[in-house]
Amino acid sequence: MFSRILTSGLIAGAATGLIAALLQLWFVQPVLLHAELYESGQLAHFGAEVVSAHQDLGPFEWTRNMLSVLFTMLVYAGYGLMLVALMAVSEAQGHAVTARQGLLWGLAGYLTMQLAPAFGLAPEVPGVAAADVQIRALWWLGTALATGLALWLIAFGKGWAAWGVAIVLLLAPHVIGAPQPDSYAGPVPPELSAEFAGRALGAGAMAWAILGLLAGWFWQRESQRAPVPQAA
Amino acid sequence: MTAKPMTAAGASRASVLFPAVAAFAIGFGLIFMSGLVQAETLHDAAHDVRHATGFPCH
Repeated sequence: MFSRILTSGLIAGAATGLIAALLQLWFVQPVLLHAELYESGQLAHFGAEVVSAHQDLGPFEWTRNMLSVLFTMLVYAGYGLMLVALMAVSEAQGHAVTARQGLLWGLAGYLTMQLAPAFGLAPEVPGVAAADVQIRALWWLGTALATGLALWLIAFGKGWAAWGVAIVLLLAPHVIGAPQPDSYAGPVPPELSAEFAGRALGAGAMAWAILGLLAGWFWQRESQRAPVPQAA
Repeated sequence: MTAKPMTAAGASRASVLFPAVAAFAIGFGLIFMSGLVQAETLHDAAHDVRHATGFPCH
């Protein structure tokens, strides 16, 4: 059982990570590099001169970008393992998982790990003002945990009590509120910041849809090779 | 899908729990290391990914 989860999760995750890395390098990285010109002070927003929105972002940085590919694959391998582990638990409870259902799992994963945390802490372009990183990390983790639990209760819970708890869990992190900076001091133009957040969330949605599909597909394939008893 | 007696279903429920928790923990460890640990080398190497994936970075 353990090796089936490991195989499905790691292969689906690593393959998705590779695609996600390409999406990131193509669509997100140029915005990030552009913002870094403002973060480093090379460009100044509302400075003495009007700054062109079209900048030379320099040559392709192999070491930096290959590290990004590696870490994107690690992150999605982690997501893949967590996703397939939960698929295995749900299947033991009698809910078969296919690639089509995997798409829903991917959507739920996206809501849990990206969209819900982003509702309070939008993906940050380099150079934005933000609250203390430890406190943000804590809120981020708590939000992901609460959202994930809530979605599990909505999908597999029975009765109003479970759904009621789910609604509370979904809302609580946002009612409490994400840690915000005391003042705004980001040097990056808001246009770039917004573009970055949109791109990061969009690329994440694509990647999670692919992760869900692949995880469901690999899991089903592994299950057929070594059938496990289903709950009656 | 093979037909199994009821007891097997009960056993599978228990036998899935440990491997699932172990795999989940490894997955979480990977994400925690790649996304959240603030050690400088790790932060620098994963910097762009952290921003692009929406983790709190610095």
